Amino acid sequence: MTQNQGTETNQRSDLRRGPRRVTDERPWWDTFPWWGAIIASILLWMAFQIATNDDYELAWERIAPGLRLTVTATLQAFAIALLVGLIAGMGQLSRNVVARNIARTYVEFIRGIPILPLIFTVALIVVPETTDLLNARLDAWFGWEFKLSFQMRATVTLALIYGAYMAEIFRGGIQSIPPGQTEAGRSLGLTRRQTMNSVVLPQAMRAIIPPLGNDFIAILKDTSLLSVLGVLEITQRGRQFSASTFKFREGYFVVSFIYLVLTLSLSLLLGVLERRMTRDRRGER
Amino acid sequence: MISIRGLSKTFDKTIHAVADVDLHVDEGEVVVIVGPSGSGKSTILRCINLLEIPTKGTVEVDGFELTDTATDIDHVRAEVGMVFQQFNLFPHLTVMENITLAQRKVRGRSRSEAQEMAVRQLTRVGIPEKADSYPRQLSGGQQQRVAIARSLAMEPQVMLFDEPTSALDPEMVKEVLDVMLELAAEGMTMVVVTHEMGFARAAADRLVFIDEGEIVESGPPDEIFSNPAHERTRAFFDKILY
Repeated sequence: MTQNQGTETNQRSDLRRGPRRVTDERPWWDTFPWWGAIIASILLWMAFQIATNDDYELAWERIAPGLRLTVTATLQAFAIALLVGLIAGMGQLSRNVVARNIARTYVEFIRGIPILPLIFTVALIVVPETTDLLNARLDAWFGWEFKLSFQMRATVTLALIYGAYMAEIFRGGIQSIPPGQTEAGRSLGLTRRQTMNSVVLPQAMRAIIPPLGNDFIAILKDTSLLSVLGVLEITQRGRQFSASTFKFREGYFVVSFIYLVLTLSLSLLLGVLERRMTRDRRGER
Repeated sequence: MISIRGLSKTFDKTIHAVADVDLHVDEGEVVVIVGPSGSGKSTILRCINLLEIPTKGTVEVDGFELTDTATDIDHVRAEVGMVFQQFNLFPHLTVMENITLAQRKVRGRSRSEAQEMAVRQLTRVGIPEKADSYPRQLSGGQQQRVAIARSLAMEPQVMLFDEPTSALDPEMVKEVLDVMLELAAEGMTMVVVTHEMGFARAAADRLVFIDEGEIVESGPPDEIFSNPAHERTRAFFDKILY
């Protein structure tokens, strides 16, 4: 009787929903990375277009030489940003009231202004005026002048902007380490610096590297903003090609293709790096 | 060995965690501090190696006045071992590296000297076979014993224990207390904050009961357990002993 009641309850129609899998196995089509296959086919199709169509090939020939500039600018901006970010990030955590406030001012100021107006401001106003000021002295003392190309000006601007973002990444990474780690280090007699270098920073790197990788990709894409200063990187070459031939479709198709190949291979690389880092972390609480 | 005089600690200018505490610990003495949570036990302990900076009063350890800015605090801290409730092992280092790091950087020992000392201390706490493991691969009790070995490897004059068994699963409490008991028997100067009354009875030379940031009473543990002089002490034991 009791059992019957149980069955009846289970069969109540208002409690029944559609068929439901009660299994921990997922079919292959559920776990298959369709997105990867889709992107790979799009890239293959694009490559095929460029290789077989004369218009696309012409666009490729005009635009691809900008690759070198794009890559150089990315690497330079990333390296400078890394240095600036580390200094500003540590600066925000400094005990020194001056260092802390300079770092904080820099970060908040830069983060509050969009990249495009900042590039114009730095390249067309800040750099010329400071170099003029500097050159007046240099010329007087050494008879030598100092000039920064538009490419370098834009790269430095990018670096300063991403330096501010990275400062936040470094600060967050360091602060994500529980204070007990610092206390343990200090209570063993390690100095502040020794504790930072041997205990806190190595652990913080795990939290820092993935977002730094994202910023690397973001910098790569944002080098396209160098085009507004006439720097002949990929985007600028694409603009020039399209404007002079009216083949907008071909021009921007090739530009997008190049950026996609670069960013996707980078994020693939980052994925491998992240997996490697989480692997030796497995089982940690 | 430790002289605390007129110690007060105030957080955020309004929260009086410790109020005018005097406490003296002789060489080789084992002092156990008990009291309700939030009574200021841990704060007192953390003032002994300046993890908390006293608002008022003085703390003297091994002849060094900690609140004196001329004192090299890193030097004193190397002489004062500290064991935390949450172990605070360095998760990115192996057990061996955990124990050798400060020995090499602070004591200036060579790698082989430091490793030799580490093996000796690991054997003392009963887990020499775990030298190459990472902290996450150990049980809570094992992690806490490594933390004790890490402190002992510095050959400190004093050991401080801040609720060393409170984060452990019940079946692992004894293995840690056994190590501490042995240490006490060997004559180590110890200040222990704990809720383990059995340990207090077995190891303490002196029991200090603290409530609301003040020392309510102190004396031999048996005396205080069986015949507390103060009403607040009695109320506390009534709540925790059965």
